[in-house]
Amino acid sequence: MDRGATPNKSFDISTATSWVRGRGVYVAFVVLVIFNLIATPNFASVATLSTLLITVSPIVLVALGVALAIGTEGIDLSVGSVMALASAFLPLYLGYGWPIGLSVALLVGALAGLVNGSLVAFVGVQPIIATLAMLVGGRGLAQIFAGGQSLLVTDPVILWLGQGRPFGIPAPVIVAVAAVLMVGFLVKRTTFGRYVVAIGGNRSASYLSGHPVRRTLLAVYVISGLLAALAGVVATARLGASDPSNIGLLIELSAITAVVVGGTPLSGGKVKVMGTVMGALLIQLISNTFIANDLPFTWAQVLTAAIILVAVYLQKGRGVV
Amino acid sequence: MSTRPADTESVGGSPAWRERLFTTLQRRGAIVVLILVVAVSAVVFDNFLTEQNLENIVLQGAFLGLIVVGMTFVIISGGIDLSVGSMVGLGGILAALTVQVSWPLALILPPLACGLIGFGNGLLIAKAKMAPFIVTLAGLLGIRGLALAFANEKPIRIGGGSPFDWFGQGQILGISVPVIFVVIAFAVGGLVLARTSYGRIIFAIGGSEESARLMGLPVDRTKVIAYTASGALAGLAGALLAARLSAGDPNAGLAWELDAISAVVVGGTLLTGGAGTMSGSLAGVLLLSILQNLINQVGTLGSYAQQVVSGFFLIVVVVVQAYLSRKERS
Repeated sequence: MDRGATPNKSFDISTATSWVRGRGVYVAFVVLVIFNLIATPNFASVATLSTLLITVSPIVLVALGVALAIGTEGIDLSVGSVMALASAFLPLYLGYGWPIGLSVALLVGALAGLVNGSLVAFVGVQPIIATLAMLVGGRGLAQIFAGGQSLLVTDPVILWLGQGRPFGIPAPVIVAVAAVLMVGFLVKRTTFGRYVVAIGGNRSASYLSGHPVRRTLLAVYVISGLLAALAGVVATARLGASDPSNIGLLIELSAITAVVVGGTPLSGGKVKVMGTVMGALLIQLISNTFIANDLPFTWAQVLTAAIILVAVYLQKGRGVV
Repeated sequence: MSTRPADTESVGGSPAWRERLFTTLQRRGAIVVLILVVAVSAVVFDNFLTEQNLENIVLQGAFLGLIVVGMTFVIISGGIDLSVGSMVGLGGILAALTVQVSWPLALILPPLACGLIGFGNGLLIAKAKMAPFIVTLAGLLGIRGLALAFANEKPIRIGGGSPFDWFGQGQILGISVPVIFVVIAFAVGGLVLARTSYGRIIFAIGGSEESARLMGLPVDRTKVIAYTASGALAGLAGALLAARLSAGDPNAGLAWELDAISAVVVGGTLLTGGAGTMSGSLAGVLLLSILQNLINQVGTLGSYAQQVVSGFFLIVVVVVQAYLSRKERS
């Protein structure tokens, strides 16, 4: 990129394009918001905004975990099934009080992450296969434990997690923001975050530098499992019932899309937390735009696909090398 | 992580039979397991070895099998194709939409259109150097969207009496037509992979793309052809499935890409590329199909347990493979 004695004019253009390349997801989001302000009736309302934020919260939660896994040059396909597992287990132990019910649900998610992480870190199974097996088997397990049916959740504290509105802000949004801040802190400010990026950048070099590669990988998949379980709890609370057949179905695709569109390369070595959030907002806003304007929803999927290709094409050459 | 069993064919003169056994087991493991599973099921279940049941097993795996042939090429080249499941849906819809116009078109258009999309995937991967996972993930989303849009999100019935139905429901000498298609696909695929220079180049690219390029091999063209074939086969699977069901379902083939990847991996092909066999993939498809059949036979196990067993089975196979390849290395 450094051409030394290039004239000023072309230099300006190249910085502009590289700025857009780095922040493409923000630009696309702003463009879509402006379009909506013009085209969609009642777009600039609190109700629209809170619908968008509530629906995007579970995607953000799971996408954060997927972003960490992708940062280590791995992937976590099992997040949707882990959501279903948490959803299935939540009502089973709520009889002992909400702290027990919530802990069991989160523990199940962490356990699923532990299985994924152990297979990846200690057995040497490729992340896509290890988590694929959990994707297939996890939902089946969830349905078995729930007896194939959906159970009502009546505990007020749990319901509040999905439906509460402290100071007018929906509780799922607060949960998601808290998770974003925590993962952002982990990635930017802790040694753990350094290890994640180092392992994704060059695993052997990281190992030779004495980084705890296996422990870090294990932790990444456990965190991803925990976040997915949290997303499952929030989604269950919003419904007021567990639904292991449908909760989190195909959410791994949205999550991977959000991460990739947000600028985290699949080749690892980088974790863009804010980019991931924006990616999730962007794809959710696309489907909301189609719904609000009575456009056939299926074309939203086609547009999302096009946006993935354009975003990744623009990011190509940065970081991937 | 970079040891590739296929390359160790005749390294050194170490006659350690155990080492050879491990290598054979890893490469031919799926076939060994397949024989064991068939033998055990034949003893345990009375009606396992009946003609009707065997026909069911093979037919069940036929449509997935077509996809697996293409997926084997793609994975050995070091790539992945997530878009095939959606192409099955699109292929079925295209067949159902065109069958009234002319039934040969309904058979030709789906593989042609999906092959063209696969060609696009290949170009983006080979020429634009984008990650196969991303390109075909976009394909997975976009193509399913197209299929749903073309079908108005509802299955399209194919009126009876069309010769097109024969390609899904007909028989030649007592063998279902889709099964004949998949047998031909595996035979041709196996020959191309093992006996032609194209197959050698696929292995070379999967082993080390950089080396293949430096050797002057046509890397880009080879990859584009692999993704085109993968798409065309998926489209054909969609058309045949529509003929079988007398309807094009836009949701057909949902998550089949995962089944196809499982079958290939169970068949002993490494996801890192550079090693694998078509016979292993065939065994992988049959194993998945038999597994499903057995669970149905047991009857008491619901479809939920089926998923758990499939997931568990995949992990066991992969862990054993990881163990064997580690043994081999040491």
